[in-house]
Amino acid sequence: MTTTVSNEKRNVVGRIQVALIGCNHRTASVELRERVSFTQQQALDAADELRKQGILEEAVVLSTCNRSELYGVPGEGGTALTEAMEEFFTSFHGLSRSDLNGTFYRWTGRDAILHLYRVAAGLDSMMLGEAEILGQLRTAYNQALEHGATGPVLNRVFQGALEVGKRVRAETEVGARPMSVALAGVKLAERVFGNLKGYVALIIGAGAVAEQVVEQLRSRGIGNLQVVNRSYERAADLAARMGGHAVQWELLEDVLSKPDVLITSAGGTGPVITRKMLERASAARGGRPVFVIDLGVPRNVDAAAAGLYNLYLYNIDDLGEIVEQNKKAREAEIPRVESIIAEHSAKFESWRATLEAGSIVDDLRERFHQQRQQLIEEKLKELPDVSPEERHRIARITEELIERVLHVPSERLRTGRGMRGRLGAVEALRHIFGLDEGKA
Amino acid sequence: MPNVWLGRIASVLLAGGLLFQYYDLLERSRLMHTVPYDDLYGSMSLFAWLFGITYLVLEIFHRQRSVGALVTILMIAWVGLLAWAAPVQSTTPPPARGALFALHVTLNTWSYAAFALSFVLSLVYLVQDALLRSRKLSTAFWRFPALDALDRMARSSVYLGLGLIAVGVPMGLVWAHRLNGTYSLGDPKVLVTAVILVVYVLYLRLSRNAQWRGSRAALLCALNFAVVLFSYTFVNFYLTRFHRFF
Repeated sequence: MTTTVSNEKRNVVGRIQVALIGCNHRTASVELRERVSFTQQQALDAADELRKQGILEEAVVLSTCNRSELYGVPGEGGTALTEAMEEFFTSFHGLSRSDLNGTFYRWTGRDAILHLYRVAAGLDSMMLGEAEILGQLRTAYNQALEHGATGPVLNRVFQGALEVGKRVRAETEVGARPMSVALAGVKLAERVFGNLKGYVALIIGAGAVAEQVVEQLRSRGIGNLQVVNRSYERAADLAARMGGHAVQWELLEDVLSKPDVLITSAGGTGPVITRKMLERASAARGGRPVFVIDLGVPRNVDAAAAGLYNLYLYNIDDLGEIVEQNKKAREAEIPRVESIIAEHSAKFESWRATLEAGSIVDDLRERFHQQRQQLIEEKLKELPDVSPEERHRIARITEELIERVLHVPSERLRTGRGMRGRLGAVEALRHIFGLDEGKA
Repeated sequence: MPNVWLGRIASVLLAGGLLFQYYDLLERSRLMHTVPYDDLYGSMSLFAWLFGITYLVLEIFHRQRSVGALVTILMIAWVGLLAWAAPVQSTTPPPARGALFALHVTLNTWSYAAFALSFVLSLVYLVQDALLRSRKLSTAFWRFPALDALDRMARSSVYLGLGLIAVGVPMGLVWAHRLNGTYSLGDPKVLVTAVILVVYVLYLRLSRNAQWRGSRAALLCALNFAVVLFSYTFVNFYLTRFHRFF
C-alpha cells in the first residue's frame, strides 16, 4: 500500500513545531527502504547538514530495516517544511522525487508526535508490539543527543516516546506473547522448565523452522544440543553450525531418553517416533517432563503420545493456533496502548501550550511597543511645545497602558482551563494580530 | 516482558505490609502477655502474617516472584474475611502458659501457613498443567511461573512446614508433660498431626518418583492440605480438650 499524507493544511503552524517525513514497511518496498536507509554515521551527517542548511534546528534520523524516518524542528523562517525535508532526503540518497512515488508520509505537529509514540509502542511495527524498535529508537535518539543534533523540543518529544514504549510494555500485554511458531515453542518449553540453561535438546530432521527453534534455544543457553538426521552429513553440518553434536540415525532410540526438549522436523510418510518409543524414553529418564515440538508435516510424533504422563506435545498447528491467539490478544490491547499514547501526547501539548502562552505575550508586548513608539513620534511632531518632562510622562503612561492591557490576557493564557483552549487562544491571537506575518 | 522493578517494588510493599502487621501482632501480644492464639482474630491474623513471611522467604530463596500477586490477593482476602468473620475481640490475657507453649503454638501455626502455601502453589501447578495440555493459553498462563519452579517452591514450603512441625510438636508434648505429667499422645490433635506428618513425608517421597512427579504429586500435595484444614478447624473445635481456645 502506498500513501502520501499531508496534514499541513489542517495544522496551524505554531512556534513549537515538529515535523516528520519517512517511509516504512507499509508504504515502501524493501528495495526502496534499502535505498533510503541511513548508517549510523550517515544519520548524524544528515542531521548536521539539515541544521547547516537552516532547514531544521533539531533533527533525529530513525533508520531500521522497516523504516527510515526524519524528525525535525524547523528553523526560523522555514517554509514548506516537509517539502524541504523531502527534497533533502532524496538528494542525500541520490534519488529523484519521482523515485519515492508517493511512498513517503509527511506529518507535522500533533500527528507527527502521535506517529512517533505509536512507533515506540510497537503499533507501527511489522509484528505488532515487538520490542526491538524501542531499543533502536533509544539508540537513534541517544546518538543524536550526544552529537548535539537535538534541542529542547525533540528532547521532550523523544523522552516522551521512550516513556510511552516503557509504559506500554510494562502495563499492557501488547508485547507479552510470542508471535512466531519458533518462539511460541520455546516459550512453552520455558513454561515447563523455567530457565532453559543446562537443559538438553534433541533435534530430529533439519527444517527451517526447527533451526529457528534451535536458535531460540541456543540464545537461552540450552546446555546440550544433539542433532539426528537420516543423512549423517546434514546432521553434522547443522550440529556444527548450531554448536551441537551429531548422532547417527540408528542411535535415535538410544538418545531419546536424554532430551528435555525434543524438536522434530523430519520428512517421511508417517510418525518417526511412536508412543512406545516415548514411553520407554520417559521410563529411562525417571519420569522427568519432556516437551516435544513436532514441526513435521505429516506429523513425526504419534499423536497418541500426547496422553503420556509428563509429556507435553505441540505440533505445528497447535503452535500456529497459539500464535494466532496471541495475535488477537495483542490486538485487543491496542485501545489501552492508544490511551497511554493519548495521555503522553496531551502532556506534550500542555508543555507546548504553556511555552507558547508565554512567548505570545512577549510578541504582543513587542508589537504594541513598536506601534506606541511610532504613534508617539508621529503625534509629538504635531506638538512642538511639549516639554521633555511631558514627553517622558506620556511615554511612561502609554507604557503602563500596554502593561495593563496585556495583564488580563497574559493571566488567562497562563492559567486558563484546558490545554486545547489555551493553544486555541494562542493561535487566535497570532492570527488576529498577524504575529506570524513576516516569519513564515 | 515482566517489569523487574515493578516486581521489586511489589516485594518491598509486601514486606512493608508484613512489618506493619508484625507491629499490630506485637501490640496484641503485649496486651495478652503471649502470642495471639486465644482468640479467632489474633489466631487468623498470625496465620496470615506467617503465610506472607513464608512466601517472602520462598520468593528470595527461589528468586521467583510471579506468584506474588496471587499470594497477596489471597492474603488481602484472608484479612478481609478476618475483619468480617472475626471482629477484633477484647484482648483479655488468657491463662499464663509460658514461653514454651507460645513457641509451640507459633511454630505449629507457621507450619500450617507453610502447608497452606504449598497448597496454593500446587493448585497453580495443576491449573498451569491443565492449560498446557488443553492448549488454551490465557493471559495468566504466560504470567505464572514455570511448572518446575512451582514444583520446587511447593516442595520447599512442605520441607519448611515439616521442619517447623517437627520442632513445634515435641515442644507441645513437653509442655503437656510438665503440666499434667503425661505427654497426651492420645489427644486427637496429636494423632491428626501425626497423620499430617505422614502424608507430607509421603508427598515428598512420591514427588521424586517417576510415576508421581509432576501433576500427580501436586494433586497429592493439594489434597494433603485437607488434613491440615481438618486439624485446624474440626479437630480444634470439636475433638480436642487441649487445643480448643476460642
